[in-house]
Amino acid sequence: MSEQNTLTPQQILRKKAQGEAIGPGEQTHRHRHIIAVLLENSIGALNRVVNLFAARGFNLESVTVGETDDPSISRMTIATTGESRIIAQVNRQLNRLIDVLEVEDLTSEEYVERELCLLKVPYASDNRVELLDTLKIFQGKVVDVTTNTMTFEITGPAKKINAFIGMMKRYGVEEIARSGRVAMKRALLFGD
Amino acid sequence: MPDMQASSMTHHAPPVNGAQRMSGAEIFLRSLDAEGVEVVFGHPGGAVIKIYDEMARIQPKFKHVLVRHEQGGAHAAEGYAKATGKVGTVLVTSGPGATNTVTGIADAYMDSVPIVVFTGQVPTQLIGNDAFQECDTIGITRSITKHSFLVRDVRDLAAAVRKAYHIARTGRPGPVVVDLPKDVLLAETEFEYPKEVNLRGYRFKARGDDAKIQRAAAMIAEADKPLFYVGGGAVGADAADVLTRIARTARIPVTTTLHGLGAFPEDDELSVGMLGMHGTWYANMAVQNADLLIAVGARFDDRVTGKLESWAPHAKIVHIDIDPSSISKNVYVDCAIVGDVRDALMRLEPLTGACRTEAWLAQVQAWKAECPLVYEQGDGRLRAQYVLERLRRHTKGEAIVVTDVGQHQMWAAQYFQFLHARTHITSGGLGTMGFCFPAAMGAAFGRPDKTVVSISGDGGFVMNAQELSVAAAHGLPIKVVIINNKFLGMVRQWQELFHDERFSHTDLSDTNPDFVKLAEAHHCVGLRAETPDEVDGVIREAWAVSDRPAVMEFRVAKEEMVFPMVPAGASTDEMITKRLTPNAFV
Repeated sequence: MSEQNTLTPQQILRKKAQGEAIGPGEQTHRHRHIIAVLLENSIGALNRVVNLFAARGFNLESVTVGETDDPSISRMTIATTGESRIIAQVNRQLNRLIDVLEVEDLTSEEYVERELCLLKVPYASDNRVELLDTLKIFQGKVVDVTTNTMTFEITGPAKKINAFIGMMKRYGVEEIARSGRVAMKRALLFGD
Repeated sequence: MPDMQASSMTHHAPPVNGAQRMSGAEIFLRSLDAEGVEVVFGHPGGAVIKIYDEMARIQPKFKHVLVRHEQGGAHAAEGYAKATGKVGTVLVTSGPGATNTVTGIADAYMDSVPIVVFTGQVPTQLIGNDAFQECDTIGITRSITKHSFLVRDVRDLAAAVRKAYHIARTGRPGPVVVDLPKDVLLAETEFEYPKEVNLRGYRFKARGDDAKIQRAAAMIAEADKPLFYVGGGAVGADAADVLTRIARTARIPVTTTLHGLGAFPEDDELSVGMLGMHGTWYANMAVQNADLLIAVGARFDDRVTGKLESWAPHAKIVHIDIDPSSISKNVYVDCAIVGDVRDALMRLEPLTGACRTEAWLAQVQAWKAECPLVYEQGDGRLRAQYVLERLRRHTKGEAIVVTDVGQHQMWAAQYFQFLHARTHITSGGLGTMGFCFPAAMGAAFGRPDKTVVSISGDGGFVMNAQELSVAAAHGLPIKVVIINNKFLGMVRQWQELFHDERFSHTDLSDTNPDFVKLAEAHHCVGLRAETPDEVDGVIREAWAVSDRPAVMEFRVAKEEMVFPMVPAGASTDEMITKRLTPNAFV
């Protein structure tokens, strides 16, 4: 007898509400979420947020932090993945922290997301033009150059950065530095 | 978030001598007085020596209790807080003084106990230099505190004290650590105790939504088999009276968690006692068959639910809790009321009338008759359950009973019958052996009008036995019960049931002290009973002692096990109700 037959209607309802698999053919739904957090601008506050992810076993893909227009407040952008029950917990646990002023799950909204990447790649005279052509397609910039390496700066959504890194791999990338995501809700001035 | 109220500002600080210049140490002491602190459990040391010096000089209003180990101080503050509903206070030095409180802080965090722990710290210019008795107290305690403060400027000191007590007592209560560097205590400034708290990031929803409360009332009216599942949050919110009224009016049976014991009188026919791993069979049967669970200040802990998927399989769930992060953390709930438990129940009360629960109540009564709590008697051997039943008869439900962790804790929960909120105090979430006696001492300081009974096993009692002489010095007539089976009984039980009777390192007979002599060495009365006939005499003798703790050692059968039992991780339906051969679990 399959598990599904033994579940009560109430058990099926609970599993669905939590985004869990019910039958053997189904999969638990995990999604990436971008969460913006406004918090007190102190090392202690930053530490509490990051510590929360470790202590509660939440996934933390990337985290960025910087001051806002109010120097006493900093803004964090957190990228995390999990089923809906876990993401709801992440939001609630963040809200519980006394240093946290506001938590917003941007994934449920229209939002823009950017990441910056610095990438150092060796070049030779035979592939220099090809490299710069690719960089142009990705609207990147050369920020440093030596006789045998170039360092590129590129910004965009994480997917675009991934694609660019993928293109550069065959040239033998020497070093990559990624900033992690920053994100902001769209204003939606003109409606749909 | 428009429905989030700003934190309450109704605290009235007593008038203080405004704009008087004084040391940080004196500001600290005057802040505690302004906060209305009654008792501080503390231990001096180099980093806080200035506080103790000023204490001798200015004679603050609060009583300082010199504990003999900082862990004992933290548990004493917990016991005080749980018995009184007020915030407990601890004062210790830096380094080891701070780390010794860590277990107590973690215990308070797990069980939502409001305490404030003040720790000394090396001077600010030495922080990070591995100075003598330095440790990163804030870092070490970060994940086990509701919040913490490192006070770097004497001008922030009074406000930090004010905030710490406010955070500890409001919302879902919990421990707060305030780290006090020595130079901050020596520096001087003007003292004024702030009347208001400014914490822009701190908000809690005190008032549950009307619509949710109406929906809960409708769900209760529709239910055929409703059951209250009551946790420590109902006790903490002082909601026992309104909960009892609703249950009796609506004719809904009540089960409580370990921390919920006393929130509903267990001698009422609607009570089915405790649920969960060592709950009654009939409470767990009620959970597994209910069509509506009304969870009140409870958190669906694994010791309550067992295997999550198969727990309460037919029940819709209403959950009333002050902490939004408790909602749907373990089990999805159909109707969540986030807010103060007492306030929510007070507003639910007029919406609930008598339910049609006659058939359901008859079923529950039948379960009670089918499998009551029983243990072997009449063979002349002394058993813990008998001792607890005799203690119950002697105290008539009026004493404050504090328990440790293990078999005696579960037997006390099963056999004592708690009638009033705040008469049962134990370490539930963290399960801290050694909690009991210092917590009982804290309760005795907070409630001198009550008889306080401390019930430990022989293993746990030794872990904080040093506080006996503190209680003796203060003339506290605590009744100290040691259930001595010469074993770490609960571990022994698991070894017998699940590990082929390999009793690895659980036999304490070679390392136990002579408990009567131990008591006497700590200026307490020591008594002992080894047979059932001796029990009543020992209890009478102990209750006749009025000026110091009376320690009663009861030497009980070591083979006794706690039943019923849901094995860890098993479904509640797989409950073991009587002793079976170990082979059944291979």
